[in-house]
Amino acid sequence: METQSTEFLNYTVNFGPQHPAAHGVLRLLLELDGEVVERADPHIGFLHRGTEKLLEHKTYLQGVPYFDRLDYMSMMSEEHTWVLAVEKLAGMVVPERAQYIRVIYAELTRILNHLLFLGAHGLDVGAMTMFIYCFRERERIMDMYEAVCGARMHAAYFRPGGVARDLPDGLEEKIQSFVNDFPSKIDEYETLLTNNRIWKQRLVDIGVVSAAEALDLGFAGPMLRGSGIAWDLRKAEPYDAYDRVDFDIPIGKNGDSYDRYLVRVEELRQSNRIIEQCLQQMKPGPVKVENFKSSVPYRQEMQQGMESLIHHFKQFSEGVDVPPGELYVATESPKGEFGVYIISHGGSKPYRVKIRAAGFNHLQAIKTMAKGHMLTDVTTLVGTIDIVFGEIDR
Amino acid sequence: MTPEKLDRIEALLSERFADLPKERLSDIVIVHVTPQQLVATMTRLRDDPDLNFTQMIDLAGVHYPERAQPFEVVYQLLSVHKNHRLRVKVALAEDQPVPSVIPVWSCADWFEREAYDLFGILFTGHPDLRRILNDYDFDGHPLRKDFPVTGRYEVRFDETLGRLVREPVVLERAFREPYRHTL
Repeated sequence: METQSTEFLNYTVNFGPQHPAAHGVLRLLLELDGEVVERADPHIGFLHRGTEKLLEHKTYLQGVPYFDRLDYMSMMSEEHTWVLAVEKLAGMVVPERAQYIRVIYAELTRILNHLLFLGAHGLDVGAMTMFIYCFRERERIMDMYEAVCGARMHAAYFRPGGVARDLPDGLEEKIQSFVNDFPSKIDEYETLLTNNRIWKQRLVDIGVVSAAEALDLGFAGPMLRGSGIAWDLRKAEPYDAYDRVDFDIPIGKNGDSYDRYLVRVEELRQSNRIIEQCLQQMKPGPVKVENFKSSVPYRQEMQQGMESLIHHFKQFSEGVDVPPGELYVATESPKGEFGVYIISHGGSKPYRVKIRAAGFNHLQAIKTMAKGHMLTDVTTLVGTIDIVFGEIDR
Repeated sequence: MTPEKLDRIEALLSERFADLPKERLSDIVIVHVTPQQLVATMTRLRDDPDLNFTQMIDLAGVHYPERAQPFEVVYQLLSVHKNHRLRVKVALAEDQPVPSVIPVWSCADWFEREAYDLFGILFTGHPDLRRILNDYDFDGHPLRKDFPVTGRYEVRFDETLGRLVREPVVLERAFREPYRHTL
């Protein structure tokens, strides 16, 4: 009997840029063999705004709001890198209280980001409830954002030399009460997901990255830790008050999507610990460098004193001159290493700014991670990478 | 990085890369290489057990129009095992290509595409060197210093023609830098 052979041709699917699981504007060209992904080619740039070019034409202070809009899910973490870089360039030493406030807000931002990760990742693979649960807690953090700067997302609260203003009355107690109940909320999320059969079927062994591959692919943050490398810039190169707080670095074992989920959930608990310690250690004091030639004067004084008014005017019109030089400053943003490379030729504007976004590097790894997986696993991979297009496209 | 760490890296580099010019800043050491030396140097930096730069964390292009070699590619290297960093720089003449470092670190792929897109720096041996951040048919390299911040063209949808049209940017007033640039 003659056997009949049938040949199937590979075909290409265009995923996005308008797709609910694309986390923004990801266009993914997927070459499929049946339902198996043979080749994935991400096309990015739909949200490119030329931030690096714009920063060359702005003073250092004017640069701060642009950083909120990079990774718009972890706003203050990006600001943090920029202000640390500018302070290092200008040689400013930030007062202790400002350092603690910045660490508290950087960690609140980490919680904010990881909650969105959990919610959106859950939604992508079919766990609808997670999204509602996570947004319940996100709302409380958004209120804390609003309390310090008036805006729910794009804060521009960190400034070169400290923070814009001190915490308003009663906010410390509000953060404390959040810190007290948050662990029980994390338990709620874990009850829903960690041992959930469907969740595990969708995540375990999906997108396995070994430690050696993770280094070669330039991974950082939870993606690197998920592959078993205990690397955290908050420990390795402590900035602000991170050397005065105690926390652990969670790591994964298998380097799959499930491990990265576990790492991020544990980071929620560790962030909570850091905030609690900061609240205990924090003492009253100035919240910005009190040399008003280089940092913005307090608003009250600006409205009453001639000297402060002059400083205010100078800083908001021509900016503060910094010495020439170049530096690369990196911080542990919720998504990984977020770095800023500044070349200054003196004056109040940078000559060149390069923004190293964690998501940019992680997204290109989808080419290797998606190979051999099913089409449905691509949404898991997009979720586990935790991409936000603001920072990828810049 | 601490001064002791910088001393150690500097000593290691002068022992193993005696012929390369080095520069020490307050927090990092910079190594200058030529395009011909690049891949061999990078491979040695990665594989040397004492230096162990297993990660290329960033790649940036820079444009200095007044220099004889107007382009520079800056690599930021990181060793997570030794917890130290290094900066490597390659200066390039106009239209001079630089070899790709994808064989050393595969993550260089998109970074090189980005430098090509924004600066027009060419990377030889790159398997897929096309634009990444800008539009598929974008004209020019926007991060070059001679590219205006307002752009050259704007794209809009024309209702009467029923398609996208691309027109030169017309400014009602000439663009001026609102603030002085240097002292």
